[in-house]
Amino acid sequence: MSSPPPASPQALLPGSIDEVVAALAAQRYLCDRRLATALFLSLRMGRPLFLEGEPGVGKTELAKVLAAALDTKLLRLQCYEGLDVAQTAYEWNVARQMLEIRIAEAGHQGSGELLASLYRRELLIERPLLSALTQERSPVLLIDELDRADEPFEAFLLEVLGESQISIPELGTVRASAPPIVVITSNRTREIHDALKRRCLYHWLEFPSLQQELDIVRLKAPLASERLSAEVVRFVQRMRGMELFKSPGVAETIDWANALVALNAMRLDPQTVHDTLGVLLKYQDDIARMRSGEAQRLIDELQVP
Amino acid sequence: MLAQNIVHFSRVLRAAGMQVGVDRVLDALQAVECVGLDRRGDVHAALSAVMLDRHDQQPLFDAAFDAFWKDPKLLERMMLLLLPKVQGRGQKAAPRINRLEEALAPPREARAREQSAPVPQEIRFDAAMSFSERERLAHADFESMTVQEFEAAQRIAAQLAPPVSPVRQRRKESSPRGAIDLRASLAAMPRQPDALQIRRMRARMQRPPIVVLLDISGSMERYARLFLHYAHGLTRRHVHVHTFTFGTRLTPITRQLRHRDPDVAMRLAADAMPDWKGGTRIAAALDEFNRRWARRTLAGNAAVLLVTDGLDRDEAHESARTLDRCAAELRRHAHEVVWLNPLLRYAGFEPRAAGVRALLPHVDRMLPMHNLASLADLARHLREAAPRIR
Repeated sequence: MSSPPPASPQALLPGSIDEVVAALAAQRYLCDRRLATALFLSLRMGRPLFLEGEPGVGKTELAKVLAAALDTKLLRLQCYEGLDVAQTAYEWNVARQMLEIRIAEAGHQGSGELLASLYRRELLIERPLLSALTQERSPVLLIDELDRADEPFEAFLLEVLGESQISIPELGTVRASAPPIVVITSNRTREIHDALKRRCLYHWLEFPSLQQELDIVRLKAPLASERLSAEVVRFVQRMRGMELFKSPGVAETIDWANALVALNAMRLDPQTVHDTLGVLLKYQDDIARMRSGEAQRLIDELQVP
Repeated sequence: MLAQNIVHFSRVLRAAGMQVGVDRVLDALQAVECVGLDRRGDVHAALSAVMLDRHDQQPLFDAAFDAFWKDPKLLERMMLLLLPKVQGRGQKAAPRINRLEEALAPPREARAREQSAPVPQEIRFDAAMSFSERERLAHADFESMTVQEFEAAQRIAAQLAPPVSPVRQRRKESSPRGAIDLRASLAAMPRQPDALQIRRMRARMQRPPIVVLLDISGSMERYARLFLHYAHGLTRRHVHVHTFTFGTRLTPITRQLRHRDPDVAMRLAADAMPDWKGGTRIAAALDEFNRRWARRTLAGNAAVLLVTDGLDRDEAHESARTLDRCAAELRRHAHEVVWLNPLLRYAGFEPRAAGVRALLPHVDRMLPMHNLASLADLARHLREAAPRIR
């Protein structure tokens, strides 16, 4: 499609890994150097970044923060089963087309002209994937929870991700004026096809280390006292080692810290933990297990040093 | 020099069984140029971003990277030592393939010829056996079959119908009947402007995924062996089959069963499971499945086929309670849990064993699977179940 040549997106991108870390930190997102490296490469090489990891480790958040850091638009595509081209890329405005036909009938227009007018650009409704290709500045395109979509949709993504283009049979191929920065996330409820992964840079987001998580909690729950933050983080870190059905993510840690602040807790005590476990754990089995003495044990362990 | 090293490194990874294509090598070069060689951590992060595509490859990659960073030559020597073992993954040229032996052995000449023709195999096989013979084979207990009969049964089992029937999907497809597809109808108009052709669409039907949990303990040996062939047949025809075996531990063998050749697939699967013909710890296996695999394999209305006789090794009271909890958990995640129990061949089967009693409340149905007829009936039984909304 014709559009003015964009300002070079390279100029806006961070020039080194350290700059990536700094740019994200400025948006209150702390990331380790490994993730920053993957992100830096994805920006530099123009490849989609494929993020996998447990729920609540900040996959979606990264895309949002990235858009803010690069000061560009965020286009989000939430995946679900049965997603198709009409919902993700483009759709012809069929109602308008019908109207055009009626008008042509009334005006005795030739069928050749009518055909050309039925499939013109104005009658095309843009959905996130197509609109990601038509922006003047490279947007951040977040394809969230790709594992929820079904496999035919993945196949459709290959063209968009590999070539930054979409072929529309009636209109031709739409090439990206400014290639989007693509972030794909998956919770691994199923394996994504190798063909798609091959076109991406892969990064597995781990749970953060103790120190890192503490920094995150300090940043995101500033009202929590130093002592409370430290206890919360150590408690959660120990819980992750407990083979629970669903370990709490960083998002849960932050929620929990904020919940405890709201309850005016200055430190962890068994009763408060007991009452607020629902913020942290989302499976009844896990909660029952913690309530039956495990929580007490963890708190006792925290008091020792 | 850098290029040489990366090519070398990628060859090492490939030898260790990772899929590292030429495109990845080029990407890796570009990536390393981007981050520079100053910091070891950066190079590691860059290469793993480019070369990995599953989290479970990370440990292998890390080990290779560590060794390579220290001394590429040393790594090469190590890999050479490891190589025979590592190449064991794809023993295509291994001499002891059953079929090859059979094909060479003179007394079985006739059957070997049949087997070498891949597609019309089933038809010829049927022709080779009289109706009564087939009938008898269908109802013979696997346990009591002769070796030849068992081999024949294995081949039939691999071709039986999948045990689940298609369910309605959210995605639509064009069809002669159904709702009007306005988009397609309009698109068809310019091609034939004089005739209005209404295009229609309906919801696509697709078979839901199947998860097979197969007990391979000593008491199940023959049934398990046969069911593996059944699972292999399903995997070859129906993409969404995840197969796990369990004895004392849970082993995923889906990837092994994807191999086209049944002999190779069985060999790969057998290599993968360390606990063949050992004891059973059903509760532990179910627990591990729930934790590590349920969320990854049970999406999209999956049906679980639990193939076991329910005889747990540790019959303690505590174990039955755990089993009860794990089975309930499994039931909550799956669309349907079907228990295939060879013990049902006994008319007077009563659920006495603690393991059986613990499992029974949490399965949707229990069906026999001791002969071919019961396996073939599986499809019918499961189809009869009205789709439930939970």
